[in-house]
Amino acid sequence: MDDQVDAILQKYQRNKRFLVSILQDIQREYYYLPKDILKQVSQALDVPLSQIFGVATFFKAFSLEPRGRHLINVCVGTACHVRGATRVLDAIERETGIRPGETDSDLRFSLEAVNCLGCCALGPVIVVDGEYHGKLSPASAVEVLNGYE
Amino acid sequence: MKFPDIQKRAQEEWKQLWEGDTPLILVGLATCGIAAGGNATMKAIEATLEKHGIKANVIPVGCVGMCYLEPIVDIIKPGRPRVSYCKVTAEAVPQLIEDYLVNDNPRRDMALGTYGDQTIEGIPKFWELPMLKPQVRIATKNCGHINPENIDHSIAKGGYSGLAKALGISQEDVIGEMEKSGLRGRGGAGFPTFRKWREALKSKRNPKFVVCNADEGDPGAFMDRSVLEGDPHALLEGMAIAGYSIGTKYGYIYCRAEYPLAVKRLNIAIQQAKEKNLLGDNILGSDFSFDIEIMQGAGAFVCGEGSALMYSIEGKRGMPRVRPPRSVESGLWGLPTSLNNVETFANVPDIIVKGGDWFAGYGTEESKGTKTFALTGKINRPGLIEVPMGITLREIVYDIGGGIIDDRPFKAVQTGGPSGGCLPANLLDTPVDYANLSKVGSIMGSGGMVVMDTDTCMVDVARYFLAFCVEESCGKCVPCREGLPIMLRMMEEITQGKGKPEYIDMLEKLGKDIIAGALCGLGTSAPNPVLSSIRYFREEWEAHINEKRCPAMACKDLIHYEILSSRCIACHRCLWACPTKAITGRTLESPVIDEIRCSRCGTCLTVCPARISPIVAFPGRQAAVSSEPDAVRQEVAING
Repeated sequence: MDDQVDAILQKYQRNKRFLVSILQDIQREYYYLPKDILKQVSQALDVPLSQIFGVATFFKAFSLEPRGRHLINVCVGTACHVRGATRVLDAIERETGIRPGETDSDLRFSLEAVNCLGCCALGPVIVVDGEYHGKLSPASAVEVLNGYE
Repeated sequence: MKFPDIQKRAQEEWKQLWEGDTPLILVGLATCGIAAGGNATMKAIEATLEKHGIKANVIPVGCVGMCYLEPIVDIIKPGRPRVSYCKVTAEAVPQLIEDYLVNDNPRRDMALGTYGDQTIEGIPKFWELPMLKPQVRIATKNCGHINPENIDHSIAKGGYSGLAKALGISQEDVIGEMEKSGLRGRGGAGFPTFRKWREALKSKRNPKFVVCNADEGDPGAFMDRSVLEGDPHALLEGMAIAGYSIGTKYGYIYCRAEYPLAVKRLNIAIQQAKEKNLLGDNILGSDFSFDIEIMQGAGAFVCGEGSALMYSIEGKRGMPRVRPPRSVESGLWGLPTSLNNVETFANVPDIIVKGGDWFAGYGTEESKGTKTFALTGKINRPGLIEVPMGITLREIVYDIGGGIIDDRPFKAVQTGGPSGGCLPANLLDTPVDYANLSKVGSIMGSGGMVVMDTDTCMVDVARYFLAFCVEESCGKCVPCREGLPIMLRMMEEITQGKGKPEYIDMLEKLGKDIIAGALCGLGTSAPNPVLSSIRYFREEWEAHINEKRCPAMACKDLIHYEILSSRCIACHRCLWACPTKAITGRTLESPVIDEIRCSRCGTCLTVCPARISPIVAFPGRQAAVSSEPDAVRQEVAING
């Protein structure tokens, strides 16, 4: 078994109660949930693979497909929505050529629309690799993306 | 060490920090402050202090609630009152530090207000500012004033004295105090907290659990985030008191994954509380032990629902189950569980210290105490507020929020997020409490409050909330899984100009059926925004359907842009900027917009020289107005 996976499982004492946390740690490590690793998790925790698949597809934060080098989270919460988040999202879709939930072909960006990041006074907000960018217009959002290779 | 000794030592350190000879600088570093550039401000402060050789204590604090003025920096210079400065960007830092700390110029132009009795001429008192004067801070009292990563700050400000007091009285007395306070669940439903605790205490089955719902999923709401990031110890203390009163040693916090900073600060807080024996085994030498574990969500709104949340903690898909039994009878692993929201817990310590009667002194007859709201949208002073129950919407929007941006007309305020409703201007004098909000067709909810002006389309907002619920529906029950998408399809057709007149009645009927038939809180409240929007803004719906026109000019398919050739200077900036190449024209001629290629992104409006404004948005489709001369068309554009 992969050392990293083993370390993650060890951290949670191979207890199936922590399935969601284990999947989160795996996703943090690999940026997505690789199929063969989920099989290892299934054996180690003695949880059917179908059940792991069920959990992995239920929660939005998990991806079964490889992700890009940079993750763009576009906030489409209410406050951002009334301040023009849709236009920002449109501009980003145009720039990257992908829609929320997708990854571009050269694995540069993955795009996600998230419901609220909790900094509503600064909307529209996007987060790229954990860095917050607030008060965006469609044009300035595209400029932000140009800063990531 | 006994609690009074812990407290005494913390208070001495606190006094030294605040009243010593070294200047103290507080930097607002909650997520909102960081998003506004707070980290760069922090670095600039440290660099500037080093450059001038000034020794000062610089500490991060949470959010004081004035998000629109971030980054906020407070400077406490020895012998001077604490001064709060707003919009302190990294570029502004060197001059501010030099002016105030080196040259003793308090920079009245950047100052927001002073704290305490001592004042500085020309700077108002912080708590007298219009945004803050009507507010009462209980749950958020320490946010923005202490370092959330230092437990001693919390203890010095009274933290954990509620727990120490509770441990000295009986479980029933603690619950009795909660009963007197009249505190009701702040997560939205408003169930009396004391009743949950009493039922859990009386249950004979063991072990029991205390669970904190920090899965603040409502889009447009960030009250819990402010508490988690600004004063995590208030939550831990509240949970420990709950644990003591129901008789358990197990506590869980279920926090959404979108709040990484909150999780980090909670982990630090739990660690520090254990080191001081304020959590863990035999707390403060008593028989009571209590431990708290953090579980992170993974992006599912429905996990804010009690039973779904508990399945998620158990490592399963977070799908709600039929209730009853309520979670206090059968919760985590089928055992008695008391589930409360972050804000509810944050109110508990003060209720125990100051007494239930003190808390009940705020608010109205059946809605006691204060409530936090995340005030956002088209408002001049967005931010986090905490107000006594019973305050009117008008006071919140105009006195605290400072009215609508650019003095535009107020149109609606949305409370309760995707489960709530939009209230129009004639209901602005409605008092904000559980009963009155539900009477007018909305709910208190967890505290999101989004203000909308005449630029916001009520059909589009209702469609937005419904699309949110469709996306987040777990798929278990038929009314929610199948009914909501049918409503959404009709509403999408309406916003695209394909709506039929009978759709309004069909939406109302289907909405009521879904409310009656759905399984959990998500489904039974999802149609609310649509129903309240139809109830109060029916003419707007009719304009979309009958006239194919969006009066607010928000629905992309029901507006179009035109260039008025009489005003255009043919600079062609719009032509080059248009991302879809919808604008064409020959040199020295006014360009034209191809309506079919135009994506209505509005880029042309932003690049066009403002003073001549030849590009105008029109409600409705092109054919309706384009045959009219410019002057008439201009009139239509302005008046809708």
